[in-house]
Amino acid sequence: MDTNKTPELDQLPQDLFTQAEFHEEQLEDTGFSNYSYWRSTIRTFFKSHTVKIIVALVALMAAYTIIYPMVTDLDPYTVSLSARDWNQPPSAEHLFGTDGVGRDIWARVWFGTRTSLLLSIAVAVFQVGLGVIIGALWGFYRKLDTVMFAIYNTLTNVPSTIYLVLIAYIMKPSIFTIIIALVATGWISEARWFRSRILALREVDYNIASICLKTPTRRIITKNVIPHLVSLIIMDAALTIPSSIGSEVFLSYIGVGLPADICTLGNLVNQGRSAFLVYPFQMICPTLILCFITVSFYIIGNKFADASDPKNHL
Amino acid sequence: MGRYLLSKLGQAIVTIILVMLVVFTLLRFMPTAGYFTKEQWKDMTDTEKTAYLRNMGVLEPMPVQLKNFVVNLFHGDLGRSITLYPNSPINGILAEKIPYSLLLNIISWFISAAIGLPLGVAMARSKGGLPDKLGTVYVVIIRAVPSIIIHFFIQVFFSKWFGLPMLFYMEDPISWILPTISMSIGSIAGYGVWLRRYIVDEENKEYIKFARVKGLPQKYIMWRHVFRNAIVPIAINIPSDFLMMLSGSLVIESMYSIPGTGGLLIKSIKAMDNPMVQVLVLVYGALSVFGVFLGDILVSFVDPRIKLVDSND
Repeated sequence: MDTNKTPELDQLPQDLFTQAEFHEEQLEDTGFSNYSYWRSTIRTFFKSHTVKIIVALVALMAAYTIIYPMVTDLDPYTVSLSARDWNQPPSAEHLFGTDGVGRDIWARVWFGTRTSLLLSIAVAVFQVGLGVIIGALWGFYRKLDTVMFAIYNTLTNVPSTIYLVLIAYIMKPSIFTIIIALVATGWISEARWFRSRILALREVDYNIASICLKTPTRRIITKNVIPHLVSLIIMDAALTIPSSIGSEVFLSYIGVGLPADICTLGNLVNQGRSAFLVYPFQMICPTLILCFITVSFYIIGNKFADASDPKNHL
Repeated sequence: MGRYLLSKLGQAIVTIILVMLVVFTLLRFMPTAGYFTKEQWKDMTDTEKTAYLRNMGVLEPMPVQLKNFVVNLFHGDLGRSITLYPNSPINGILAEKIPYSLLLNIISWFISAAIGLPLGVAMARSKGGLPDKLGTVYVVIIRAVPSIIIHFFIQVFFSKWFGLPMLFYMEDPISWILPTISMSIGSIAGYGVWLRRYIVDEENKEYIKFARVKGLPQKYIMWRHVFRNAIVPIAINIPSDFLMMLSGSLVIESMYSIPGTGGLLIKSIKAMDNPMVQVLVLVYGALSVFGVFLGDILVSFVDPRIKLVDSND
């Protein structure tokens, strides 16, 4: 080691130093920082410009899908009887053109977006909710392992498509059927995932340290476990949305989705598909909106997952 | 080794039995029209229908039906299709369709492994660099956009740009190109993104840092330590991927009108062909359980941490 650089302490002028005063009340302040988990998470999340733009666009679009059906006088279900109105290309009057029976595609897309968003949000809420509750119980009571693993194996070993189609077929086609079918096939993997997260969280070094330092369990749960779980939940819900929209498109494609007369993005894309070679805009417009939604939520979910990891905080 | 295999085998059998029970129960909710051909359903009176159903054994209590089904199964008799392929034995239908699905899927599996695994390695090595970013864009698109839309655009535009046939013909290998591309793009993304994640995780571990400090060559560390550990979670899924090929790819087979097994289940559900649905779900379930079982065995060979040599007990 190079010892030459060690400063000669007695050569330093004394006036650079002031003696610290002793304050009894400041004794406890040593380890204090104004670090707040959620503030840091949100700051890290919004640091990237992509995220800012995507979140703003998604918020705008969500607001538009809620407001548009209330204020518009265009009805997405009105069929035109004159052939002049059929298969019109995009124009000022019909922004996305009209379909084979003269229904305005712009109106249909936004009604469809509303249905699809509501559907996928409902699926996300129920699926993740069920997954969290059951996963927490599963992680907490080891006795459930046998039963839960049997259910897990049964549900995941048969491709979820099969359950999805069977359930959608056995019940009458409606929004609730689709929600139930998607939740019924999706909850078990959520539960398994949360179980392993919770098991890992219980054993993680900082929690063991807290237990050794006699931190009350309530404080460990509220400060260490729940913030972590909440960010996992948000991320998971955001990632469930694109996959449920995809499943809805798939179910419409194989013909067990929502009845064809209800506007959903899945139905619109599939109806546009048959006309694609002649009138490509009928498929491209709904598809663009759909892809925008799924890609945005996918990116939001993943970026949020990164931001919620304290290792990435500033 | 023996004990490990036995316990895994036991788990697999329990799972198959559970799958069978669930499917059996679910199918009792299907309309009984699924036991008649269209003409029979029209022509028969209600009493005739009841007699017919009783004759088939569908009106018996569920445990009895289950017993009959299982007994037939052990005799190698999968029953007969009723509405979809009137009165043909399901064994024969499957034997005819499986080769198509198997052929295309094996080709596409090799393509995805040959592209996906190097992609994962390349992404992990250039973490944050250009290949990583391009790969991530690819993965995001493949995973976020519903696959049906991607398959559809591949079919329409690739066939137009490269003059490839839009439908599948067994005799014409050029027409196999588009379906195999469609089948591969998803699993390429899957292999790539997971392998990247596992390699990056592995590289950050203490023992790898230690190996570096010891001065081991980078190549040796990559192959001997990182790759061997990172490939384990991928290897566990390879047998099930292979076996699930038998169930075919539903959307792609229907798009390119490939006469494989992919659309069979959906078709039989729509035709309300109850015996067929029952057998198919059971077959697919059994294949996937068997795949997981094989995966466990394969992993015991690949994973450097598992040694299945009998210890001194």
